[in-house]
Amino acid sequence: MSKLRFFAAPYLVWMVVFIAVPLLMVVYFAFTTADGEFTLQNVGDAGQYANIFVRSIWLAIIATVICLIIAYPLAFMLSRMKKHHQGTMLMIVMLPMWMNFLLRTRAWMTILGNTGIINTMLEFIGLEPVKLINTEGAVVLGMVYNYLPYMILPLYSVMVKIDKSVLEAASDLGCNYMNTLFRVIVPLSLPGITSGITMVFVPAISTFIISRMLGGGSNLLIGDLIEMQFLGNSYNPHLGAAISLVLMVIILLIMTIMNQFSPDDQVLI
Amino acid sequence: MKRLGKIYLALVILFLYVPIFVLIVFSFNESKSTTFTGFTFEWYAKLFRNELIISSLINTILIAVASSIIATILGTLAAVGINSMRKVPKAIVMNVTNMPVINPEIVTGVSLMLLFVFFAARMNFEFGFWTLLIAHITFNVPYVILNVMPKFRQMDPNLFEAAQDLGCSPFTAFRKVILPEIMPGVLSGFMMSFTYSLDDFVISYFTCGATSQTLPITIYSMTRKKVSPEINALSTIIFVVVVIVLIGKNTIENRRYNKNANGKADY
Amino acid sequence: MRMKKFFEAASALLLCTALLSSCADSAASESGETAETGEAEAQTLTVQDMEYYTRFKDAGISINVYNWGEYISTGADEGTLDVNSEFTKLTGIKVNYTNFATNEELYAKLKGGGASYDVIIPSDYMISKMIKEKMIQPIDLNNIPNFSYIMDNFRNPAYDPENLYSVPYTWGTVGIIYNTTQVDLPEEEIDWDILWDENYSDQILMFDNPRDAFAIAEIMEGFSINTENSDELIIASERLKEQKSVVQAYVMDEIFDKMAAGDAWLAPYYAGDALTILEENEDLAFVIPKSGTNLFVDAMCIPVGAKQKEAAEMYINFMCEPDIAFANIDYICYSTPHSAAFEMLDEETQNDPVSYPDDEYIEKNTTVFVNLSDKANEQMQTLWTEMKSAQPDSANQWLVPVFLLLCIAAMIGILIRRHIKNKKDIF
Repeated sequence: MSKLRFFAAPYLVWMVVFIAVPLLMVVYFAFTTADGEFTLQNVGDAGQYANIFVRSIWLAIIATVICLIIAYPLAFMLSRMKKHHQGTMLMIVMLPMWMNFLLRTRAWMTILGNTGIINTMLEFIGLEPVKLINTEGAVVLGMVYNYLPYMILPLYSVMVKIDKSVLEAASDLGCNYMNTLFRVIVPLSLPGITSGITMVFVPAISTFIISRMLGGGSNLLIGDLIEMQFLGNSYNPHLGAAISLVLMVIILLIMTIMNQFSPDDQVLI
Repeated sequence: MKRLGKIYLALVILFLYVPIFVLIVFSFNESKSTTFTGFTFEWYAKLFRNELIISSLINTILIAVASSIIATILGTLAAVGINSMRKVPKAIVMNVTNMPVINPEIVTGVSLMLLFVFFAARMNFEFGFWTLLIAHITFNVPYVILNVMPKFRQMDPNLFEAAQDLGCSPFTAFRKVILPEIMPGVLSGFMMSFTYSLDDFVISYFTCGATSQTLPITIYSMTRKKVSPEINALSTIIFVVVVIVLIGKNTIENRRYNKNANGKADY
Repeated sequence: MRMKKFFEAASALLLCTALLSSCADSAASESGETAETGEAEAQTLTVQDMEYYTRFKDAGISINVYNWGEYISTGADEGTLDVNSEFTKLTGIKVNYTNFATNEELYAKLKGGGASYDVIIPSDYMISKMIKEKMIQPIDLNNIPNFSYIMDNFRNPAYDPENLYSVPYTWGTVGIIYNTTQVDLPEEEIDWDILWDENYSDQILMFDNPRDAFAIAEIMEGFSINTENSDELIIASERLKEQKSVVQAYVMDEIFDKMAAGDAWLAPYYAGDALTILEENEDLAFVIPKSGTNLFVDAMCIPVGAKQKEAAEMYINFMCEPDIAFANIDYICYSTPHSAAFEMLDEETQNDPVSYPDDEYIEKNTTVFVNLSDKANEQMQTLWTEMKSAQPDSANQWLVPVFLLLCIAAMIGILIRRHIKNKKDIF
């Protein structure tokens, strides 16, 4: 097989130039000043925005948990349907994901706005309008809405492999619903849970569109902060690189921890 | 219990679809506000006359097709190569390959932007079609590799050598022996790249230039201005196209499934 | 009004097509036909220009124009001109037209984006910053004969003293748009502090760019809007932080929809855009607070590294073509520094104190932005980011390091556990 190794050569070049080098450039920018001198100032400055990091992590965790809670029973139900129904149902669930996410998020702006659909309806039945848009809640809602399918899919794909007879055996051996759930289904679907969590958490923590469109520009997340430094209102790519670096470290740490819970190391995506 | 499950399923689907139906309804709304005043096709007519949208749609498709084809070729070859590497280099390569998948999109976008800026200043090129294409290939290749790699595990490693012993050149052996085995992975990798590329906003946002706007970027700049219901019309059209494509795909698969089930093929 | 608009546009269109066909027929027989289409003023000018505009006809050139959103006539209203496509029709030069939302965004894109533009339209202070940082190049005014239309008081402005780099496009002031059904106050009583009023909590929109936002706070505090004093900047940013709790959202051009739909009641914005929004919702009104405001000029510039400098100059000249200049200001409602376009406006607009305040008022009540020192600029940006990121219940700054440490500890713990387990497995 050894000759086949050279098939990878073009990709290896590509990988080094367009994956490895750019990431090293982020590191380089994070530790230099505009004049190219070494500095720790940028990383220190990134620490100033601790509250943004905290808020991002917090909102991302909430969104991930809600996604998990919604998706888990759904995925289980899907996996227990008749085979040919499964494909159709899965398609129905995944279909919205194929729409551009900017359009989907914009739709929520129409729904949640101060004169939006919900508030118009509330007014119609004689209730006070509620502040919905431009809140942290709206941002979380946007995250859940956009990333829910990312949670459903991996959960479904592990649950569909759980054989019916396993569940039957569990109940035959005297397990009630709760016991079957926590001692059979959950352990067996653990890889799906972990990969679902990472697939929701990573985009949720780094989004800048959802927070901008639904958060009104006052609920900044890490993504907004990075975008601001590169293409936004406060141009400072060195600080931006430092924040990106911190974000990367946070995510790598969380990923490594998550990976400890999955039996084989394949479940990265 | 069963009924409860159905209600739950219906609720989740409602949650997923309500926003989309809102967009569709308002794409036929005469006024620009959120109250429905009358039915009109005006926004669709306007949309088709909007050169910016049409040209960015063409750009998007061009980039999606080109990047997914290149990424599939590059990624398939890479998967074949990586598979026959020794353990340590393989682990290193796979870890780097995973980076764009694990990393938040914004970090990938920013890192590529820094690279392109560095070269743009020194080699006198500007951001545009090529930077977008390179960026899209870069985030697509890992998905192809990750789709193809598992197929090797189901394959007899000796087949390739057997073919060579029987007089095949390595290339013929690759074409006739390996490729058919990994084809399902290659195809799903291609489809995945294509859809990711069509839909990508964040990475394109950081790597696009003054020309070659992709559709998501045009949509973004539309949402930042006075919003015209054209954008709703666009959503509706995209939705309809997606529905048609997916239903088509589903019927073909179902037919194949039924055929296999009837013919008792090994499925 | 409508009819007039329509006739203006129609005659301009006719002129263009007539010119094009005459040009195609023969370059020699220029003078006769065009005169009949009307406007005597345009006649001599356009004929003279014809050769100028068709120079690159078949060269297949395209230029990249980077402009503010909603800042050009797009032909969206019936009978108005689509400026960019008219330019392409006339000259054969394709226009790649993209938008930015703030001066700072434009700066970032130019400085670090790697994109190359041929024409950009920054505001005064940003122009002087860009001149200082050698980001824009001198314009050859010989290539822009229509510069002669620019009013004298807009030539050699403070931001570009020798008028080497910029050709003014529009100017205007900043004021407050408010919804009269919700904000029931006489005009005189509305000043900047209403944007801090808790009675309108959550119904206030605010500028999403540091310079304009700081200016408001600085005027309220009685500082100069060009202050470089570090303490004053900090006080202003504290002011903005206080405002955060009553602000619904920080936006730029999203204001158009939000105000028109009644999603918010109060918003500071540029006078020209305000007038556009007022047309859409009759409940809205616009006032320029008496405590003073910023007067801005937006001008067309050519960045260093522009690939098509001459075509860019042609575009700038085209934008100063009376018909085009008029079409633009008629659509975007900003004030014009273009004498011929000003003449074409109806009398009501010409005497409108909001669009064209008199010199005395300008002298007394308005200030033009000046580019700040690098240090002050940097401080303002840091303060701005801090303000935007501030939370009412400020999080402890140790949270992130502690969180990271916990993660690392957990990881080490897991690794050790795994190590022990592996050892057990071996034996």
